[in-house]
Amino acid sequence: MTRPDHPTTRPTPPLAPGPYPTSPGSGTAMLRAKPREEAKAPRFRLPMTMIRYVALYGLACFFLMPVYLLIITALKDPVDVAATRMWELPTSLSIDSFRAVIPTLSGGFKNSLILAVPASIISAILGSANGFVLAKWRFPGANIVFPLVLFGIFVPYQAVLIPLVRTMTAAGLRGANDPTGGLRGLVLVHIIYGLPITTLIFRNFFASLPASLIESSQVDGAGLLQTFFDVAMPLAKPAFAVAIIWQFTAVWNDFLFGAVMSGSGAWPITIALNNITGGQSVPFNEAMAGALLACIPTVGVYILLGRYFLRGVMAGTLQGS
Amino acid sequence: MTTYLSTGRQAAAPPGPAAGPPPTKQPPPRRQRDNRWGRYRQWGPGLLLISPSLLLLGVFVYGFLGWNVRVSFTSWRGLTPKYDFVWLQNYTALWNDERWMIDVRNIAIFTLVFVIGSMGLGFIMAVLLEPGVRGENIMRSVFLLPMAISFIATAIVWRWLLDNGTGENTTGLNQLFANLGLEFLRSDWHKSTSGWAVAAMALPAGWTLAGYVMTMFLAGMRGVPDSLREAARLDGASERQVFWYVTRPTIRPVGLSIVLILVHVSLKTFDLMYAIDQRNVKIDTPSLYMWFTTFDGGFYNRGATIATLLLFGVVLVIGPYIWFAVRSERT
Repeated sequence: MTRPDHPTTRPTPPLAPGPYPTSPGSGTAMLRAKPREEAKAPRFRLPMTMIRYVALYGLACFFLMPVYLLIITALKDPVDVAATRMWELPTSLSIDSFRAVIPTLSGGFKNSLILAVPASIISAILGSANGFVLAKWRFPGANIVFPLVLFGIFVPYQAVLIPLVRTMTAAGLRGANDPTGGLRGLVLVHIIYGLPITTLIFRNFFASLPASLIESSQVDGAGLLQTFFDVAMPLAKPAFAVAIIWQFTAVWNDFLFGAVMSGSGAWPITIALNNITGGQSVPFNEAMAGALLACIPTVGVYILLGRYFLRGVMAGTLQGS
Repeated sequence: MTTYLSTGRQAAAPPGPAAGPPPTKQPPPRRQRDNRWGRYRQWGPGLLLISPSLLLLGVFVYGFLGWNVRVSFTSWRGLTPKYDFVWLQNYTALWNDERWMIDVRNIAIFTLVFVIGSMGLGFIMAVLLEPGVRGENIMRSVFLLPMAISFIATAIVWRWLLDNGTGENTTGLNQLFANLGLEFLRSDWHKSTSGWAVAAMALPAGWTLAGYVMTMFLAGMRGVPDSLREAARLDGASERQVFWYVTRPTIRPVGLSIVLILVHVSLKTFDLMYAIDQRNVKIDTPSLYMWFTTFDGGFYNRGATIATLLLFGVVLVIGPYIWFAVRSERT
């Protein structure tokens, strides 16, 4: 991806963690290994290196073990499936398990898409405006407002659930009170509780831009909105990628809000998965096939755009830029 | 402390008169009121742009938190809200509540095992990766992959991995141990009769978050300038001493941040236990109790009280964290 596997082949100095990369390629600069002079390495390094590799491959096996189980079980012929032989490779491949769960999960899959796409995009757009103002157009009291917004990232959602349920029911946006089964309300909830993290992502991004960009725009007579739309937004594409991917993953994987907000026709994928495959009566291969299907969008995004995902992870804990 | 919030302060110099509109259009600042208006014109539009979001967050975060705290002082049970005032009755009642006491014990054990386990595993992975290995990108991606998977899907797999069938019905991790000749590792996991059964939940939780710990530590270690380590080596320090006296002090703030984040994650963990075995009181936690007592039992007063205590715990952990992060950015 960004770094050649052989550190010695690229003698460029490592980038210090700091400025937000404006080119997407440098997304993981802060994790880049430093070039080493292998020749200088003392002799005793060889067995150490071997131990390191063995340990790392062992750990990789541990991390992939559940994934292995998920994939082989989902692909087994249902007659071949037995919990006591779960580690054995399938003797023949079959998609019958998927066939069995797709009818019951497709609704949830669709609902989650309807939720996650608008919620992540709208959250990111609002977050970009907030981040821009907090980084470059500060107002009196911004020093107090910013930490308060940040706390929104960490708030335990249980502590807002009762008021949320009352308010959304009264507003006709929850469960049976809503013609869409609560989907509209759920989009709204995800947008609002996504604001703190998207605001932080954009605030950090804009803070890394030089002040001269904004100043020169102001000298040209541009006001806040014009500066924001014409100067800041076009530069913020990498931050949009980070914010949208992070929000998409968070909304897709959310369970708590979906569980309180949605009626039975509007279940997001996590609720549908839990309700359908949660019971012990559901065959083990179908549960695995369902879980595999439910992971595909987020894992696909992760595999394709991992460096943006990584930035979201770091930002979500106030680390990195 | 360079890895915290990137500094916006220096860059965001207030747009002063030098950068303001052309002087010909500027009215001469004769009176105080004009001055104030001029300053308002500088920050007013920004505040206006951000105000819808602030309003929404104000209501949905802080308004609702306050409302929830208010509910915790009422005797509201059932579907009809009731806003009387019973002082701390709900709080004192919790400490005589058997299930709450189990939950407190469970969450303490789970937090302890989960935080120490994830920190240890993540740190080891970072140390192993730090010198740079072949295929590092793939390794890192594998370790971080579980973060992209929902807790519900995670729970479906781990429910089978942590099965406690015996004899003929041995499966999951226990079967793997048996196949590898490691029968002594066999466990009943979360169905064990031990008071520490909830510790088994640290396995799936750690599986999800150890990669995150690894990432943070790796970024911290690689942020240590090579010149520092080189200087120590020239002074005759062994690799171990270099780690202890150069690398360790620089990654300590990172380590502290990760601990706080993990404790907060642990306090909030809900979906994982809910999906693995929701009726098992051995893995019951305050966040699950809040859910069931409120939405199944209709004990809104008790639910709000538990939620308030959860909030209190998170504020205790995250409040100082945000304060330090924001403050360290300013210096």
